[in-house]
Amino acid sequence: MANDIDHFINTDGLDSEREKTIGQHIGYRYDVNLVPDYDRITPFLKKYMETMGWADLNWLEDVHMGYEESRAAVFDRNINGWVTVPPEMELPDNQQDRDMIARELLIKFQMSADHPMVELNKAYAKF
Amino acid sequence: MAELNQEHESHKLGMHTEQLSGRTQQVFFSPSAEENFTYPDGIEVDFGKSAEFDAGPMEISDINLKIRELMKSGHGTITIKNPGAKHSLGVGILNRLNLNFEGSLGYFGCGLVDGPNIRISGRVGWSCAENMMAGTVVIEKNAGSTFGAAMRGGDLVCKGDVGSRTGIDQKGGTIIIGGRAGAFTGFMMQRGRIIILGDAGKNLGDSMYDGTIFVGGKIEDLGVDAVEGEITDGEASWLEAKLALYGMKAPNGVKNLTKIVAGKQLWNYDNLEPAEKKLVL
Repeated sequence: MANDIDHFINTDGLDSEREKTIGQHIGYRYDVNLVPDYDRITPFLKKYMETMGWADLNWLEDVHMGYEESRAAVFDRNINGWVTVPPEMELPDNQQDRDMIARELLIKFQMSADHPMVELNKAYAKF
Repeated sequence: MAELNQEHESHKLGMHTEQLSGRTQQVFFSPSAEENFTYPDGIEVDFGKSAEFDAGPMEISDINLKIRELMKSGHGTITIKNPGAKHSLGVGILNRLNLNFEGSLGYFGCGLVDGPNIRISGRVGWSCAENMMAGTVVIEKNAGSTFGAAMRGGDLVCKGDVGSRTGIDQKGGTIIIGGRAGAFTGFMMQRGRIIILGDAGKNLGDSMYDGTIFVGGKIEDLGVDAVEGEITDGEASWLEAKLALYGMKAPNGVKNLTKIVAGKQLWNYDNLEPAEKKLVL
């Protein structure tokens, strides 16, 4: 992974000769194997864990702040798409804190009545 | 067969005329969104309110419907006695819930779950927790093949041995195996973690794209593009804490687990020259 945390925000991320040839970045734009640092967990995430009856972040361990089309974004598996972090939001200078923000934003989005799944559920739900 | 009605609610909502373009949805987060911890259509349950029933004389669909009925009446802890190794039990639960099976499950148990904490006192057949999204599933004895296939998130734990192709096409989450794992474990995994405290069979991590496998015992051999990596301090403390959650320990300490990662030679495989493909394989 690139050393500069904003590498995929400030550049197109086409670094190797092969990436330049094919015009697309190869691999993830963030470290998918980065395990969370539980010293940096936020009060919101603690409350979420308590509600679910989990002793750790569970599925949120795989949620990271990613970078899509030179913008900070989080991948929402429920809509199979990237959801953009508001540009006015100041990003911390380390990936661990960014990941915690990503987890909070994703929970708020998925549990919101405005989430696209709510409409889909109305249209297609069988139970 | 009943006549199919093409006029779904989705047509009224315009979902069939929407123009889709690009990979990124221009949806923005709202940081001030209300604090909700469950899905808008989730069922309100109380972990303190418990119920149990005997599944012995019941059909599979009746057992699954009974679980839903109990959830709708607010039960947050449900115990099922005598599951009798029936197939497809405890599937599609998208809610917080404590679910206990006193006995063994057949094929496809606990698939497609998103949130519940499930404990199975016996064994499970093929494809347990396939496509699991979130929550915890703990099996006290052994599991069949394709354990946690295409899993996306959560913790899936088998305290005994597991069959072949465990974690095939895994896309997230953590699979923990207390005993041995069969051949092709981690086949085509894309992300997530597999922890094997015993021995691993042939072709471990074959064609893995990303993700991490930790092994406490012997590895029979590695698959194509699976290579050894070095455990970081962050990973060591994470492993210690994760195993402790389930009362498990690495046989010789977490620092002595063997870490397997993708060599990343298969990345963008289609664009490799024939000579390069030969080198990789």
